Amino acid sequence: MSASFTPFVLTFDNKNNGDDMSNASEAPTPDDGLNLTDNENTGPVLAADGTPLKRSLGRALRRQKLRALMLIAPLLIFVLLTFIAPIADMLFRSVENQIVSETLPRTVVALDDWDSTTGELPSEAVYEAAYYDIFIAAERKLHTRLGSRLNYELTGASSLFRKSGRGLDDLGEVYQDQFEDLNEAWEDGETWALLMGSGDWQDKAYAWEKSSGDLAPKLELREGIEELLPKTAAAYSSFANFVRVDDGDNPATEDPWSPVYTAFWQDLTGGATVASYSGPEAELLMEAANAAGGFESTTFSEGFAGIDKDWASTPIWQTIKTYSPKYTSGYFLNSVDMQKTPDGPELRDANERIYGILFKRTMFMSMVITISCIMLGYPVAWILANLPARTANLLMILVLLPFWTSLLVRTSAWKVMLQQQGVINDVLVWLGLVGDGDRLVMINNQFGTIVAMTHILLPFMILPLYSVMQTIPPTYLRAAKSLGATNWTAFWRVYFPQSVPGIGAGSILVFILSIGYYITPEIVGGTTGTFISNRIAYHISSSLNWGLAAALGTILLAVVMILYWAYDKIVGIDNVKLG
Amino acid sequence: MVDTASREAFVEFERVQKSYDGETLVVKDLNLALPKGEFLTMLGPSGSGKTTCLMMLAGFETATHGDIRLDGVAINNIPPHKRGIGMVFQNYALFPHMTVAENLSFPLEVRKIGKSDREKKVKRALEMVQMGDFGGRRPAQLSGGQQQRIALARALVFEAELVLMDEPLGALDKQLREHMQFEIKRIADNLGITVVYVTHDQTEALTMSDRVAVFNDGKIQQLAPPDTLYEAPENSFVAQFIGENNTLEGKVREITNGVALVELDNGDLIDAKPINVSKPGERTRVSIRPERVEFNLDRLEEGSHTLKAEVQEFIYMGDIFRTRLKVAGKDDFIIKTRNAPDQVRLKPGEVVEIGWQAEDCRALDAN
Ligand SMILES: Nc1ncnc2c1ncn2[C@@H]1O[C@H](COP(=O)(O)OP(=O)(O)OP(=O)(O)O)[C@@H](O)[C@H]1O
Ligand SMILES: [Mg+2]
Repeated sequence: MSASFTPFVLTFDNKNNGDDMSNASEAPTPDDGLNLTDNENTGPVLAADGTPLKRSLGRALRRQKLRALMLIAPLLIFVLLTFIAPIADMLFRSVENQIVSETLPRTVVALDDWDSTTGELPSEAVYEAAYYDIFIAAERKLHTRLGSRLNYELTGASSLFRKSGRGLDDLGEVYQDQFEDLNEAWEDGETWALLMGSGDWQDKAYAWEKSSGDLAPKLELREGIEELLPKTAAAYSSFANFVRVDDGDNPATEDPWSPVYTAFWQDLTGGATVASYSGPEAELLMEAANAAGGFESTTFSEGFAGIDKDWASTPIWQTIKTYSPKYTSGYFLNSVDMQKTPDGPELRDANERIYGILFKRTMFMSMVITISCIMLGYPVAWILANLPARTANLLMILVLLPFWTSLLVRTSAWKVMLQQQGVINDVLVWLGLVGDGDRLVMINNQFGTIVAMTHILLPFMILPLYSVMQTIPPTYLRAAKSLGATNWTAFWRVYFPQSVPGIGAGSILVFILSIGYYITPEIVGGTTGTFISNRIAYHISSSLNWGLAAALGTILLAVVMILYWAYDKIVGIDNVKLG
Repeated sequence: MVDTASREAFVEFERVQKSYDGETLVVKDLNLALPKGEFLTMLGPSGSGKTTCLMMLAGFETATHGDIRLDGVAINNIPPHKRGIGMVFQNYALFPHMTVAENLSFPLEVRKIGKSDREKKVKRALEMVQMGDFGGRRPAQLSGGQQQRIALARALVFEAELVLMDEPLGALDKQLREHMQFEIKRIADNLGITVVYVTHDQTEALTMSDRVAVFNDGKIQQLAPPDTLYEAPENSFVAQFIGENNTLEGKVREITNGVALVELDNGDLIDAKPINVSKPGERTRVSIRPERVEFNLDRLEEGSHTLKAEVQEFIYMGDIFRTRLKVAGKDDFIIKTRNAPDQVRLKPGEVVEIGWQAEDCRALDAN
């Protein structure tokens, strides 16, 4: 029940009466003489202690308000924590999209310059950025998460990223192997630490003990190395940081990962003035610089294309670029069967549209359920309201009985009743009204959902109706009849209008509850009788597309609020009475 | 009861009984006939069956036994909406969701009267109760007195010949009530309608009605014009219920020349007019109005019996003086005297002789 229950607060006041009374004395009336009016107006009124009365009244009221606030504080906090905060979180999630820019920071920046509409592939720089980003993401095991996020927008993105996580390692290993073949020293983590790190840092790093519980000392780059080998420095820093933080190991003793070699090769072939370097391992560096030019190599784009040809086509890059901002309207567009394209939002193909249908179905079925509840509940409430209190209370128990039975039991009972081999079909067949061959299909479709939900929500209609009807004195009906109205006219013109607030309250309750109902449609709805909430539940628990679920939920919330607002405009919310 | 008078009667109850629970009779053997144009008030204590009678007449309750006739036609089986009886309910029962004008045009609409006609009649009815400007208001925006007038207008607007009013002024304050009593009476007289009016305020009953039916215990105790009711109550219930009244209890000693000599329980003798007593030895309760008691013995007939009275309290009430005396062992004997220049003001502790004309003192039943 909890998933479908919308906490709901109705306020009602009778301010109308009070306000309008004030102008009741405009026109002269025969009994005007009986009303004493006191219209004297003399400056601000002072309290006994000389302060203006208004202020001392305000002070007194403030204390009262404070005390009242303390009384409601527990509930307020509870509501804040369990209702307002989750809703705020949901609203946030429906637009939040930081995962792309956080996982692929360099790629997102590099893609800025790429015009996705031309149909050309992005530049080599983008592939290079993506190489480092995805490699690090893969080490952190974040690439699959990003894959599934992008998979919502582009089918296949998930497996593409999973594959690439492995493939990119091979790409770097080409260089790693060649450097290591050149000199075994490059295999050694300490060689790299000596070359890249400052002396200070090395001392600290070698002194560090894993068992101390602290993180290893933070990498300090050797002076000048960043200018000499910029990409290597960046790649080594990332590596050192990962080893230090994620693995909790000592970067000075760990062997670097392959992108460091790739970066190193890039730097050496990119015209690094190695000769100017005079620090430790200068000879080794010189040797590598001389050899690097003759290494076997590929471009990044070729490397990516080698992993999967999807990398060599535009859609994946378009998708990454479209979803690179921190906030996105993509989930909402998705919720209304649209998608983001390089040319702006577009409607999806007709066979991919599902949410529009689901929203419409949810609205339509909730309406049908509400109307059925009114039809069934009104006469019952009428009878209850017009019976002597004792009998009414007894019958009220029957109305409330469903509340005391588990929702699942009630819904399952309907399954037993309505299924093709169920009680109702059996009876119909037995009576000969329906042939044994063509038993009625009454469950796992809209009909089943409407029947079961009408039954479940009926008390929410009867209770407000009953309490409103109880307050309508029977003399009104008598008065109408004495004035010449038939029973029907008296009911329709006099009783019914006065029971409308009850219908209003009941309808709001039933409609809003059913719009968000989930368990019953899930059990008896089949495929044609499910609601939008079932889809939301699916995205929350199965597809894990929380953003989309949040967007759907937000739209649902907005629809309810719009309906509520419209109801207020048309009927007036102070016409809603729960008792 | 089937005589010539009843054939002319406009409204007639004949041997009507009513029981809600099948155990007790709320209305016992009610016989009542009223001619067209009469203003009849049903007066009685709470629970005496007044509303029940009205509801039977309006058709919301069915008589357990007996006939109710309207204009000579038995209406027992006519549904309420076909009886054409206007009704003003105790709490007005103005429809809260309709404006005043809509309330008034409701009975006309259900009678399928054309729009322009309807508007004319509504306007006329509103003007009749001096509420012409209030057509657009809702009942909740009216004061009690205004609501009452609208309820009256609504009962009259479809030109019912018979209008029933169930304590219509019960919720109003004294001043407004008096004003409305006058108003209702004026309108009823102008339109010549027949009114059955229910109240338990006896002043209201006396000032407004042509005849008053005093109810008690499901029976009409007395049906008479107000003055008769006040001056010649037929039993001690009526005597006590209507107006202020002094009672003394005793036994009839003898009846001569239409004057009963009553021996009070303390042995004193008084003269009274025998009403419900016929032979010596019967117990009786004598009733005398406070304003008919004399303590200026010169004004009494020679040989009248007098009683000793000790003044307990003197209350100045402006137009009258009200003096409480201790008479025949009871200290709740009231006399009222007019505030005139030569009027004596009795002082507490004083002992005076009091007496009265024999015909002002009525010897009634003892219970
Ligand atoms: N619907 C009912 N069911 C059962 N008993 C009823 C019903 N209506 C009235 N009575 C009983 O019938 C008796 C007469 O009621 P009724 O309403 O006629 O009194 P009334 O004279 O109008 O009193 P009041 O001055 O208080 O209005 C009362 O004892 C009351 O309890
Ligand atoms: Mg009554």
